[in-house]
Amino acid sequence: MTDARPAFIPSERQRALVARGIRRRRRAERRFQAYGIAAIVFAVSMLALLLVSVAGQGWSAFLQTNITLEVALPKDEIDPDGKGAAAIREANFQAIVEDALFRKLGVSGRDDERLAAKMISAGSDAILRDRVLADPALVGKTVTIALPAHSDIDMAWKGHIRRGAPEQDRVVKDRQFQWLDALAKAGAVHTGFNWRFFSLGDSNEPELAGILGALTGSAYTMLVTLLLCFPIGVAAAIYLEEYAPKNRLTDLIEVNINNLAAVPSIVFGLLGLAVFLNFFGLPRSAPLVGGMVLSLLVLPTIIIATRASFKSVPPSIREAAYGLGASKMQVILHHVLPLAMPGILTGTIIGMAHALGETAPLLMIGMKAFIAAPPVSPLDPATALPAQVFIWADKPERGFQEKTAAAILVLLVFLVMMNALAVYLRRKFERRW
Amino acid sequence: MDYPVILATLLILSCAGFYLGRRRAIVASGGSLRALHSLPSYYGFYIAVWAGVPALILFLVWIAAQNSVIDHLVQAALPDPLRALAPDRKALLMADIRNIATGNVVRAQPDAAVAAAAEHYKRLAELSRWMLVAAMLLLTSLGTFVAYRRIDPAMRARNAVERAARWFLIVCSTIAVFATIGIILSLLFEALRFFDRVPVGEFLFGLRWSPQEALRADQVGSSGSFGAVPVFTGTLLITAIAMLVAGPVGLFAAIYLSEYASPRVRNWVKPVMEVLAGIPTVVYGFFAALTVAPFIRDLGLSLGLDTASESALAAGLVMGVMIIPYVSSLADDVINAVPQSLRDGAYGLGATRSEAVRHVVIPAALPGIVGALLLGVSRAVGETMIVVMAAGLSAKLTANPLDNVTTVTVQIVTLLVGDQEFDSAKTLSAFALGLVLFVVTLGLNVIALRVVQKYREKYD
Repeated sequence: MTDARPAFIPSERQRALVARGIRRRRRAERRFQAYGIAAIVFAVSMLALLLVSVAGQGWSAFLQTNITLEVALPKDEIDPDGKGAAAIREANFQAIVEDALFRKLGVSGRDDERLAAKMISAGSDAILRDRVLADPALVGKTVTIALPAHSDIDMAWKGHIRRGAPEQDRVVKDRQFQWLDALAKAGAVHTGFNWRFFSLGDSNEPELAGILGALTGSAYTMLVTLLLCFPIGVAAAIYLEEYAPKNRLTDLIEVNINNLAAVPSIVFGLLGLAVFLNFFGLPRSAPLVGGMVLSLLVLPTIIIATRASFKSVPPSIREAAYGLGASKMQVILHHVLPLAMPGILTGTIIGMAHALGETAPLLMIGMKAFIAAPPVSPLDPATALPAQVFIWADKPERGFQEKTAAAILVLLVFLVMMNALAVYLRRKFERRW
Repeated sequence: MDYPVILATLLILSCAGFYLGRRRAIVASGGSLRALHSLPSYYGFYIAVWAGVPALILFLVWIAAQNSVIDHLVQAALPDPLRALAPDRKALLMADIRNIATGNVVRAQPDAAVAAAAEHYKRLAELSRWMLVAAMLLLTSLGTFVAYRRIDPAMRARNAVERAARWFLIVCSTIAVFATIGIILSLLFEALRFFDRVPVGEFLFGLRWSPQEALRADQVGSSGSFGAVPVFTGTLLITAIAMLVAGPVGLFAAIYLSEYASPRVRNWVKPVMEVLAGIPTVVYGFFAALTVAPFIRDLGLSLGLDTASESALAAGLVMGVMIIPYVSSLADDVINAVPQSLRDGAYGLGATRSEAVRHVVIPAALPGIVGALLLGVSRAVGETMIVVMAAGLSAKLTANPLDNVTTVTVQIVTLLVGDQEFDSAKTLSAFALGLVLFVVTLGLNVIALRVVQKYREKYD
């Protein structure tokens, strides 16, 4: 017989101690969890703040304030000798437009006229000229034409310039506000969709600045990038995954690919500047060079994606092909590669989306130029969408701030579309073997 | 003939070679394809490769070499006074000649000697192009001829074509190596030229950074000094601010997502964090410059603090937000790799969840977490657009986050964007900074990898 030990009975003090400890530990637990939630809330709310602030600043750039004028087109001023288009190109449409504007506003006197001329865009005469060139029969008649308001007036009409501020601090003066009100009362001020934003290149006047040039430049750059990095990346991945012997050279290549993925993008720009521009003498600011630099940036992404999707093709496919007498190259090119293609394409699209938003290397090779006319070949000087954002963000005019945010919105729309396509491809073609 | 036209012609000739080879093989088989060693199309590819590849290689070598050869010839033919110019003046002169020859508008009417040299340059370029076309045609027809002669039913065309394809694969996989070599050589080469003018010690330890040089000899007060310490400290300051944001937020987000969150929450939050990683940095830059920086300035001024409008705090804060997803997704991976049995053991001993995380999971995942943080630092150091748009230009030695500082990447961009003479210490200093940047980020990545590999606990 053994003595039964008495059960451990904690004292009152000990029990209180443990209870306190448990309370403390539960509090710590809740605190810890709250930190986690706070971290996620912070990250998500920063994202929301960013998107809201860009969208809030940018949406109004898709609208443009237009001022409708009745412009008389006197034949003796435009085309006195009936020479047609040649004379129309020479004619002084600026005087004609301003004449109509001054008449509409009822202004006279030098100072007032100078101020009033700034109500409409500096490009109004060109717009009117194009209209007349398209329809020469208008000469001698009076046309009603909607001309874009000057950017400052546009801003004022959209409410970005407050009337309350002291007059010397505003770009829009009291007189201009009065004229604007008068025009609005007469029903001459309209807000319409800003087609010019998508159909024009860069300009010094915010109301005439568009993203067509940047879009074309980006398209050429992406085309060059895709043509270079897709075949090279897939070929490199096939070699490393299927052929490469385990030796020093293969290790070196693998280490290099991983390093390339970690190099800051601006260093690729320095490479492009020193090697492609200065050593090989390729043209500055050209989408060709931009595409070459970006393809180095995307290469690791494509190689890694290709290798991963090659690994996921089951060996039974290969063995069946070998069993039918296919050579190794035939097995890879006829069977494994097509089955791996969805994964490769997904990786490529994600890599291209990354390249589309990349700016720093493009600045290094000069794709930051002022480009009024869209480039017509990959060798022309061009800019790209993110570089255009950078250029406009630097400009002091209030009108450009809105355009910058709008260009960002367009860029984000493209990125969302590309990523959605990647997700769709993955969902649609993903196979469980 | 333009280069695209040349390449397109080569492609067409190559395709013609393909059909020629296939027909020849079918004819040679005498009607029974089984007599052929390979499928007929392989004979076609055989000729296509012989017709296309040698000419393509010649083309690439030629355009890589022709500029320097033509430069050399034009320089040799220059009249004596021009030939005796100093090397940097001569480089400018050659640039002028090239510009005139390619039809770019130059500012003034060139003098007779330069115009003659440009004419010479133009003639040589024309000649070189026609020689290239002729040589390529010769090679293509020679290749086609040789390959065509070799085709007979017993020839192992498939093996030959596959060998060629394999070489193509090998060449493609070495491009990554060449890119790295190119980066190192170009940075090193230009940096060494910079260190010829400015001693390494002064660059690395000097305390004054003002890279403006006198444009004219009689200009005062801008001799240029290249002590990069203020630039480095500025980079460090902004990186530190960014990591103070991204480190805790990224880690806690990762812990919450992998330890606490229900699958539904995780399925929603993880893609949102990935969106943060997918936003272009120029967008973050815009956000920092136009939303965050004015907000911080107003806040600072309302608190009576002297706040710069391009404060390091704004750039660092936004950069931290950009880095959160990198840290959190890397940390998430390593935390998920910690085996469940460790957690279960901790729970069995009566630990609460947070105690299990703090005392068991985090220590087990520590090497991976350190690696994730180091990769985050490397990203912060190399990040460009946010700081270019939201940080300042003046190189100041300060640790005040409300002051404006400059960074390595900002200096590289401002030194190299815009018109530049390529030979001044000012532009070359950008490459020295680039070299430092490359070495530091590479070092951080290598250390991160080593930490992960060396201290990883192995569980089975």
